Order: sequence, then structure tokens, then C-alpha cells
Amino acid sequence: MNAPVLERDLRIRQKLTFVDCDIHPVQQSDADLHPYLSARWLEHLKSFGGHTRQGVIGQQTHPRMMAAGQRADAYPKRGGPPGSDLQLLQTQHLDPNAVEIGMLVALSRGGMEERNLDYGAALSHAVNSWQLHDWVEKDSRLRAGIVVPQENAPYAVREIEERAAQSPAYKQVIISPKSAEPLGRQKYWPIYAAVEAAGIPLGLHPAATTGGNPSSGTGWPTFYMQEHYTFGTNMESNVVSLVMEGVFERFPGLKVSLIESGFSWVPALAWRMDKHFERMHREVPHLKRKPSEYIRDHFWFCTQPIDEPEKPHHILDIIEWIGWDRIMFSSDYPHWDFDDPKYALTFKMTEAQRAMILRDNAKTLYRL
Amino acid sequence: MTRHVVATVEEVAPGTSKLVQVKGREIGVFNVDGDFYALANRCPHEGGSLCQGRITGLVKSEGPGQYSIERKGEFLRCPWHGWEFDIRTGQSYCDPNSVKIRQFQIAVEPGEDLVKGPYVAESFPVSVEENYVVVEL
Repeated sequence: MNAPVLERDLRIRQKLTFVDCDIHPVQQSDADLHPYLSARWLEHLKSFGGHTRQGVIGQQTHPRMMAAGQRADAYPKRGGPPGSDLQLLQTQHLDPNAVEIGMLVALSRGGMEERNLDYGAALSHAVNSWQLHDWVEKDSRLRAGIVVPQENAPYAVREIEERAAQSPAYKQVIISPKSAEPLGRQKYWPIYAAVEAAGIPLGLHPAATTGGNPSSGTGWPTFYMQEHYTFGTNMESNVVSLVMEGVFERFPGLKVSLIESGFSWVPALAWRMDKHFERMHREVPHLKRKPSEYIRDHFWFCTQPIDEPEKPHHILDIIEWIGWDRIMFSSDYPHWDFDDPKYALTFKMTEAQRAMILRDNAKTLYRL
Repeated sequence: MTRHVVATVEEVAPGTSKLVQVKGREIGVFNVDGDFYALANRCPHEGGSLCQGRITGLVKSEGPGQYSIERKGEFLRCPWHGWEFDIRTGQSYCDPNSVKIRQFQIAVEPGEDLVKGPYVAESFPVSVEENYVVVEL
């Protein structure tokens, strides 16, 4: 547990404007996407229901959320789920917290885990249009992420090329880390080629309700607390896969932002990989450098939900290893485990380091 | 210290709360089975607005498969990260010794005593017939 927020701290305002690397917009209902779907896929949606449908029971197959995943104070008065009302996002978060740039991570109905690949493509295209027209064009602080279904690489490549050419407001490409195979596999490489060519980073955020692989390497979790922990372990598996398969040798310009996955596991993973590399590098001669070097050069890490060690300064050792230029603040608004920019960073750092985490690193990575 | 009249007793039914402003501070007035408590409306963890959280009890277990709910209506759960606080003491359930919501002095007083003053009641008139919740600050 951290030290409590003291009474005198309560009057702190967030003076430093910052970049929020994880804001979740959601459709008020699937009707928000209707204008962006072709007649064929609108008919499909109306006949067979939305993405990750569960028919009549209205629940998921494993515990995925607490409090429906939402901050209890973020429900719009007009109805609809938290994250569906731009005005509330503005008055509850962007304005009072002095958000300079907000990166949208539009996971809902984006089709990333849709098994019907053509339907997944239609949803992805619709969500990417919806982000631009219903959010970014209405608030100049917001930036979109191109959400694509990684199992449909030919479509994903076309969509990335089209969106990157359409608007500079698309600042990253988002695919699911609960993919059908580990993300380093060559079936996904056409996507990485397109991401590298577009000159924007790849963003990975724990996604998926059903579909894709279980979050835990041993199957589906029983409790949400268990599921939440797998945000980190799932990402570790993908980092190992991306490094070991040689993705960064083939795509040296590829940059990856890991969102909502923690970062305190990173040094331990890199130490272990380096140790194994010394002994077994002959198995992977396509790797020209130690695994830790690929990790340091190609990955960025978002803060939320930040780990809270008993001694806050323990975080500093981890950041020192990863690099102060690699950590970026994220809030996860409007989800229940939201981090407030005024209180979440409790460890001691210089003003320059605080500015790097809150603003400068994201501006450099995303060219904001 | 000044006495601030913040609500009539009827306004804050058992199991509910009312958010009031006293000297620029947001304070939650809670009624637990007829007893009134005044707590700062800021979670000591990261500042969530406590009055928007759920009023709940404690889920207890003697072991796997055995569950019960105890002390229903005596705990407040922050709307952000779900930290639970004992409404009667302001103490955090997880970390009772070091994390605590600030409490304020609160009392129920009859209108006929209040009208003798001094008190502050900006939002409504005080009449002798009713009972009022009074916060001292």
C-alpha cells in the first residue's frame, strides 16, 4: 500500500500538461457504428449480434472485470456506458487533469478477436472511422489508434496503409496480444511491415473478452484478480516471441508500446533471456544482439496500473534499468483501475524525469 | 469551530449519503442505521469521489467454499479502485492503521435548539419543528 494522500496534497492541481496514453472510448450502443458499416455487415450485425456476443445470457465466459470494468462515477447521465460520452470525458478528465494529448485505445467492437475474419474487418474499419469522426474531429486533444484484427493480415495491411495516408491523427496500430499464435510468428509479419512503413508504433493492450488464447498459459482464470495479473504474463510471452522470432532484425524500425501491462517484470525477463542467450544463441543465429538490447531498443511501457511496492523508491531501480525515456503515463480512463496523474506517481523523481514520464516520452514516440 | 446545518434528518435516510459543501470542502454525510457520520469526499488512496461509491458490507470466508456477508451497510467502497472504508471510523479495511478518511464532528440537533444560534445554514431555513444534521468545522 502506498502512503495515503495527505490533506495538504488534495489541493494540488495537475499543473504539467500531459499525454494520456490510454483512454478508452466506447460506443453508446452498436448503433454508433451503423453509419460506418456497409449494408451487408449492418445486416449481419442486426441479425447475429455484435462482436463477442453471448446470446441471451449477457455475461462472459470467465471473470473479466470488477464493477463492469468501470469507474462508478463515470456513467454518463444521458445513459450508455462510461467512455461513450465525449462531454463527460472532457469535464471529468481532459479539462480538470490538463490532458494535452489523449491517445484513444478503442477496444470495444473493434473486431480483433472476431473469428469471422470478414466481419472482423468490417468492424475494424467502422471503429477506425468512428474514432476519427465522432471523437478526434470533435476534440483536438484526441488521437486515434488504428485497430486491426491481427488474424486477417491482408485486410490489416490495407487498413493501415489507408488510414496512415488518410490522416496524421492515427498515431499507432493496435492489435490483440491474445492472438491465435504468439505475436512473433511470421504470419503477422506483413502487419509489422505495414506498421514500420507507416512510421507509427504498434500498441499492445490486454484485450479480448472471449476468443483468442486464454490469458493464462495454463487456461482461463477463475477469478478476475487472476485475470488482471495475466496482463503482465501474457505480454511477457509476446515480448519473448517478438524478440526470439527475429521480428526486430527484420523490422529494425518497429517500435512497440505496451499498454496496461506493467513494467516491473521487464528487467527480470531480460536477465533470464540474456542468460539463456549466452548458452543457446546457436539455436537462434538470426539474433545478432542480446535479447535485452532488443527489449531496450524496441519497447515502451505505459504506467497504469502502476505497481505499488511498500517502498515506492523500489520502482526507481526498475525504471533506471529500463530507461527514463521509455516510461509513459497512462490513466485507463474510464476504467475502474484508473490512475490519477496527480497521485499515481508516488516515487521521488526530478521535475525533468516527471516531465519525461508524463509528457515528453510519449511526444517523442508518437511524434505528437 | 462553527456549527453548519447541512441537512434535515429526513433527507439522509439510513443506508444513504448526502454530499455537502462546508467552507469549500466536500463532505459526505452518511446515515448508518440512524447514526450519522461525516467523511471527507476524497479517497486517501488516489482522491476518488467517495460519495459516488457503493455502500456495502464485508464479504468474509472461513475457507474455500464458505462465504458470508457481514456488517452490511457499514462500509464505503471507493468508485475508482474499490478500497473499502469503515464508515463509522473512516479506517481503510486493508490498511486500517495508516490509511484513513478524514472525519468531521457531526451531531443531530433539534431545530428549537438551533434557532437560538449561532449556526450557519446557507442552503435552507431552519424551523423549530424539525431535526437537523450539524457538522462542526
